Amino acid sequence: MSRSIPSVRALAVRKRGPGKVTLRLQVNGEEYAVLAEPRRTLLDVLRKDLGLTGAKKVCDRGHCGACTVLVDGIPIYSCLKLAIECEGKRIETIEGLSFPDGLHPLQKAFIEHDAFQCGFCTPGQIMSLKALFDRNPHPSADEIRSAVAGNLCRCGAYAKILRAAQAVSEAHAKG
Amino acid sequence: MPRIVRTKVEFEGEVRERMAVVEEDHITPWGSGTPLRIVGRSYPRTGGVEVVTGKATYTADVQLPGMLYCRIMRSPHPHAEIASIDYVKAESMSGVRAVLCHANAPGIRWFGDSLLFDRILRYEGEEVAAVAADDEEIADGALSLIRVRYRELPFVVEAEEAMKPGAVQIHPGGNIVGGPDGEVYRRGNVREGFAKADLVVEERYETPAAVHNCLEPHCCVAMWAGDELVLWDSTQHVYGIRNEVAATLGLPLNKVRVISEFIGGGFGCKQGVGKHEIIAALLAKMTGRPVKLALSRRAENLAGGVRHPTIQYLKAGVRRDGTLMALQLRSIANIGAYGMGGSEVGGPIRELYRCPNVLTEQIAIHTNLGPATAFRAPGYMEGMYGLESMMDQIARGLGIDPLQFRLLNYAEKDPMRGVSYSSKHLDKAYRTGASIIGWESRPGGQNAGARRRGFGMASQVWGGGGGPPAYAIVRLNADGTADVLTGTQDIGTGTKTVLSQIAAEELGFKVEDVRVTIGDSRAGPYAPVSAGSMTVPSMGPAVRAAARSAREQLLNLAADLLRVLATELSVKEGKIKSTARPREVAVGEITGRIGDFMIIGQGARGPNPSDAKVRTFGAQFAEVEVDVETGDVTVLRVAAVHDFGRVINPLTLGNQVEGGIVQGTGFALMEERIVDSPTGKALNANLEAYKVPTMLDVPSIESHPIDLPDEICNSIGAKGAGEPPIIPTAPAIANAVFDATGIRIRSLPITRDKLLEEIRRNAAF
Ligand code: FES
Ligand code: FES
Repeated sequence: MSRSIPSVRALAVRKRGPGKVTLRLQVNGEEYAVLAEPRRTLLDVLRKDLGLTGAKKVCDRGHCGACTVLVDGIPIYSCLKLAIECEGKRIETIEGLSFPDGLHPLQKAFIEHDAFQCGFCTPGQIMSLKALFDRNPHPSADEIRSAVAGNLCRCGAYAKILRAAQAVSEAHAKG
Repeated sequence: MPRIVRTKVEFEGEVRERMAVVEEDHITPWGSGTPLRIVGRSYPRTGGVEVVTGKATYTADVQLPGMLYCRIMRSPHPHAEIASIDYVKAESMSGVRAVLCHANAPGIRWFGDSLLFDRILRYEGEEVAAVAADDEEIADGALSLIRVRYRELPFVVEAEEAMKPGAVQIHPGGNIVGGPDGEVYRRGNVREGFAKADLVVEERYETPAAVHNCLEPHCCVAMWAGDELVLWDSTQHVYGIRNEVAATLGLPLNKVRVISEFIGGGFGCKQGVGKHEIIAALLAKMTGRPVKLALSRRAENLAGGVRHPTIQYLKAGVRRDGTLMALQLRSIANIGAYGMGGSEVGGPIRELYRCPNVLTEQIAIHTNLGPATAFRAPGYMEGMYGLESMMDQIARGLGIDPLQFRLLNYAEKDPMRGVSYSSKHLDKAYRTGASIIGWESRPGGQNAGARRRGFGMASQVWGGGGGPPAYAIVRLNADGTADVLTGTQDIGTGTKTVLSQIAAEELGFKVEDVRVTIGDSRAGPYAPVSAGSMTVPSMGPAVRAAARSAREQLLNLAADLLRVLATELSVKEGKIKSTARPREVAVGEITGRIGDFMIIGQGARGPNPSDAKVRTFGAQFAEVEVDVETGDVTVLRVAAVHDFGRVINPLTLGNQVEGGIVQGTGFALMEERIVDSPTGKALNANLEAYKVPTMLDVPSIESHPIDLPDEICNSIGAKGAGEPPIIPTAPAIANAVFDATGIRIRSLPITRDKLLEEIRRNAAF
């Protein structure tokens, strides 16, 4: 998984805090103003302040991928990113994926191929794959594997995750 | 009519006789000839849309107005006494609502003589204090203001050290649980058996402390509604938690409600109540606000439970012709400070092979480590590694093919009680697995070069028969849909999906017209813990019985309304058909006529067969590649053939099998919680240094379940599938590594350093 480096733009934002400050975030195409401490991670803001609990907190330190969301199209571990760094960027979460017109092909494939058991890693897996498919609609098995190599699935649904993603890739190849 | 019967119920290798109230009239089991439309077919998971859209609400996602967050301060020492604790500053911090520690907590008994918040801390990670605050950041800040003076005590973390006379005592009763030889099982006379053997082999095996590391940590939200407690909890047993929490807090059972709809993995560590549920309930009571408590990943690794490490001294005697004469095991399980006891490490030794003389001694030892808990196939997985490694070694020593050797010692009847099995197709599993992997045509012998291929195999035996008590209710709605209500849970196994198939099959409804409600102790009747591979074989028959009762009531009603005999009627795909008349009537037409008068069917799991042993069996074959320069082991292929009786849903079952093999691969090659003996502290209590398999570590898996209904075990012919697939993976891999290299690693995980060390010492390389 590629990790994003704090962008110059975010660092240039004038210093705010301590205490709560207003953060302006664009999530799934909607604008939000959130009152949160500058030290709060993007993951915590999404989950606690915006009630978007699709991204999961598992390790809170970049070891598992369950918190994966896209920032400007790049998959990141949102537990390692401060929300304040994401002002002015495009944040996509699992909740934005299926709205407004039904399920995303990856979501459909995950259901059809049973690509999860407990489902706790699933939003992260799908977001990592979404980033891959957005830039490469027809990835190979190895490209799929490496796209989710940073997303742990303790239930071990890997074979079915791979199959689901391959099905989407093949459907794209057929056009 | 309810009646009381005695029945044997097996749970994780232990057989208990229970008195059971059963309501099930005998229901003819679905046999191999029964035409089934829904059971046996792949259906995507119920709840799948919620999961893939991120809308599924796990306990970790529950947020309530005014909810406080709890954080726990944990012991930095493996053994210490709290000399003093000062929490005044923490308590007075803005946003902090309550602090709990031994100085102010109620004296709730926890384990033996120890308390919920004890002055004596017996492992690194034990609870010292808890803070409830408006937010996690505040709670963390408050923890840093609590001043504790510890008096450090001598400690012991190695089981064999803790067994020595004069070792540090963790509890007043001593470190050895039970007698000095632990739990003893004996049949025949091993001494005579070894005397008659031509070859006697003795080895020592070790298995590691493996951490469940469910992605959703242990987590709960406690909320008081008047004098009633509502507990959202990530648990494998809502009823068990209800009972234990009520008993601990002195509440009537009907004033505790436990909810657990989506669970982010359990694998055994969420079976029983933990301190966190009680702490959250106490803090919620103190503050009058809901309290959420989720274990941090570090706490999960230190205090959330672990597969106990084992040391196994195994001795086997065989005759030259391959006949097993005697097996003897002394196993030592390190169960930490608060483990309940050891698991059935001797299980495979006792029951896999026809061997006349067997002695197993299972010893469990307390040490200054976090509590051991059940972990997917506890005991059997560890014991199978030792046993099947040794069988491989012996077969090769005698010049007999390892598969042939197993068939030579095949147990047609249960070697422990001499009774028949309700069904056993292990021989078929061996043959099928062998043909998938190409066992007969495998190259054999170690090849030269840096990358060496090898093949190995191992067997599986486990319970999975389930049993009573287990109840379900099926309600029919006016529009012809059905609600199934039961207090079971779905920890990722697909319970909900499978139960909806069983209900739809028996009702004659479409699957989409059946909704299953589980995971709420107030919504459905009692259901057993989702563990021991017992959910499907316990709940399936209960749901079938409830659905049958509802269907019979429906047909009686329809017969009255249509003026025909009920015996002429049947239901299929939501339509009532009569043998006498051509016209079909939709179920909703009948139920609609009675409006809100409800048809309610009740069902209970019947007793287990008294004269047959119910077991699941299987075999796995692995092909590996070992790089003898780097010590890397790559598992290329695993063929898995298990016998779980009838397969209800091939899709979800396949997932269970693959998941078991992935976890088994982790156990074989990478998983181990490492504790530094000199300091008594864990070195890898996180998901980076504690290695779990990733997408890049998984082999290609071919799973071919036997899929023959067991017509004796219960009315649906299915057994549990959760645990069996994890059991044979590690020994199959270990045997394949030997086949590739001639090196036998007798201590899991088979890491690079262990392999390279052996390679260096071995002149053949
Ligand atoms: S929670 Fe962010 S990587 Fe694990
Ligand atoms: S489905 Fe359970 S962790 Fe991936």
